[in-house]
Amino acid sequence: MRFRAKIVDGACLNHFTRISNMIAKLAKTCTLRISPDKLNFILCDKLANGGVSMWCELEQENFFNEFQMEGVSAENNEIYLELTSENLSRALKTAQNARALKIKLTNKHFPCLTVSVELLSMSSSSRIVTHDIPIKVIPRKLWKDLQEPVVPDPDVSIYLPVLKTMKSVVEKMKNISNHLVIEANLDGELNLKIETELVCVTTHFKDLGNPPLASESTHQDRNVEHMAEVHIDIRKLLQFLAGQQVNPTKALCKDVGRSWSADCDTHDQLARDMAEEAAQNIPGDQERCLQAACCLSFGGELSVSTDKSWGLHLCSCSPPGGGLWVGKALGKEAWPP
Amino acid sequence: MPLLTQQIQDEDDQYSLVASLDNVRNLSTILKAIHFREHATCFATKNGIKVTVENAKCVQANAFIQAGIFQEFKVQEESVTFRINLTVLLDCLSIFGSSPMPGTLTALRMCYQGYGYPLMLFLEEGGVVTVCKINTQEPEETLDFDFCSTNVINKIILQSEGLREAFSELDMTSEVLQITMSPDKPYFRLSTFGNAGSSHLDYPKDSDLMEAFHCNQTQVNRYKISLLKPSTKALVLSCKVSIRTDNRGFLSLQYMIRNEDGQICFVEYYCCPDEEVPESES
Repeated sequence: MRFRAKIVDGACLNHFTRISNMIAKLAKTCTLRISPDKLNFILCDKLANGGVSMWCELEQENFFNEFQMEGVSAENNEIYLELTSENLSRALKTAQNARALKIKLTNKHFPCLTVSVELLSMSSSSRIVTHDIPIKVIPRKLWKDLQEPVVPDPDVSIYLPVLKTMKSVVEKMKNISNHLVIEANLDGELNLKIETELVCVTTHFKDLGNPPLASESTHQDRNVEHMAEVHIDIRKLLQFLAGQQVNPTKALCKDVGRSWSADCDTHDQLARDMAEEAAQNIPGDQERCLQAACCLSFGGELSVSTDKSWGLHLCSCSPPGGGLWVGKALGKEAWPP
Repeated sequence: MPLLTQQIQDEDDQYSLVASLDNVRNLSTILKAIHFREHATCFATKNGIKVTVENAKCVQANAFIQAGIFQEFKVQEESVTFRINLTVLLDCLSIFGSSPMPGTLTALRMCYQGYGYPLMLFLEEGGVVTVCKINTQEPEETLDFDFCSTNVINKIILQSEGLREAFSELDMTSEVLQITMSPDKPYFRLSTFGNAGSSHLDYPKDSDLMEAFHCNQTQVNRYKISLLKPSTKALVLSCKVSIRTDNRGFLSLQYMIRNEDGQICFVEYYCCPDEEVPESES
């Protein structure tokens, strides 16, 4: 088993740090899966408990300038590690403005992920900060629990409103109740509801827009105003929202004819450019991800799809150039609890 | 009358209280100033709304939001009274966040149908609407402190900044705050007696912070510090504070609060004295 990788580009380094921060906010421990062309961060809370699970995929060539790995065997050319997510995010804190970042698998009395950061200095000699993050290598027989989740066809899929508003509303609702009902329909309407003995609060969002559905045919006879609903634990939802790197702009991509084009709901030129670029760069395999997630959104925008049998799936895609796809499923709670 | 207006009119008629506000913060900030207990009693008359919070039958805080603060204010009956969970009410009022993005205002419409009905709140910000239905409770009788301006012995009006620091740094290990008001030295003194020793803070009569000074007789009274501390919330928001004591040693603190639109509101605290001051110490 061997693994070593190097990032030199500042933007990639930044992006990688943001992802690790996000994961640290979501869970104490996570699984890192290393394969020849991808890195995956995996969270696998049991859905039955209403837990948060996450599948985050990074195309290695979009991040790393050097990438070498050798899995457990030739036919299973993969490595699965368990690590404390905060350790990684803490180690990367020093990597701001760094010249280079090296990550490798080492064995220093115990297995470690060694993160060494090369920092700029005033003199010609550079300084190197090294963090050894203890890890646990996950044996082959447990790999089957860590496979890419199947996101089922949703009843409804909808773009989320401005994250700041949504977060603030959910935070206040958390003070009052532990459970939240999310309702959404295909007409761009989303409701957040709580109900206790003392008070009922409903927040109505409208004109949010729905991402194009993967399987249009199954929904053709559906009433667009029909509300699909799901009951979830507020704290889990908030934990998920808090993990997002807040980006106040919103950008949507719409399917025009056979190609993707960008339709930006923002005055921010950068976001506009990103959207344009993203639209041009959507390759075939990306589409698979997007269809599975039933949303195309990036730059912090999220999509919720609600499905009776599976609970709530929140998905966000960062610009395809970044090669990140995060899909999260919050398990449905048994209701009444 | 156009049909739509007619309809709204009819709908409004079924409510004994209807109030609308363009900026919900004009209401929520004032209510936060008296939020030291979970429950509050609301009284609405055609002049406005008074919200009362009490603790330990010793302290009472009243927030007055006069009708003029609201863009629309209608009370069908002579007076409307209900008790409500203030914590929940404040959470609902600030559902879109307590520090809004610049340039965005949250509008509020508040309706109450009468005894036994919930208080309805409709909040809107940037096209997003939140509807809250808060159950009301049986109103409880509130204390009458019988604080009459004819019985007032001493009165001082201070700029709030003068008191702000003093109150935020009160020695909380002291059980009481002793207030001395006198026509002679030390004029106005705040004293605490804590674990680390006693401290006295004097305000000279001719200080710039002193707006008015009407003291007729030396009075030394002690108040439970734990009861007075919550008034710091109102103090922080206010621009002026009037401190009065009556012949029984009851304390009245009136805070003048200017809201975001420059309108003036008042919050008032009444507190009864703790005990007779032992002769030797006064």
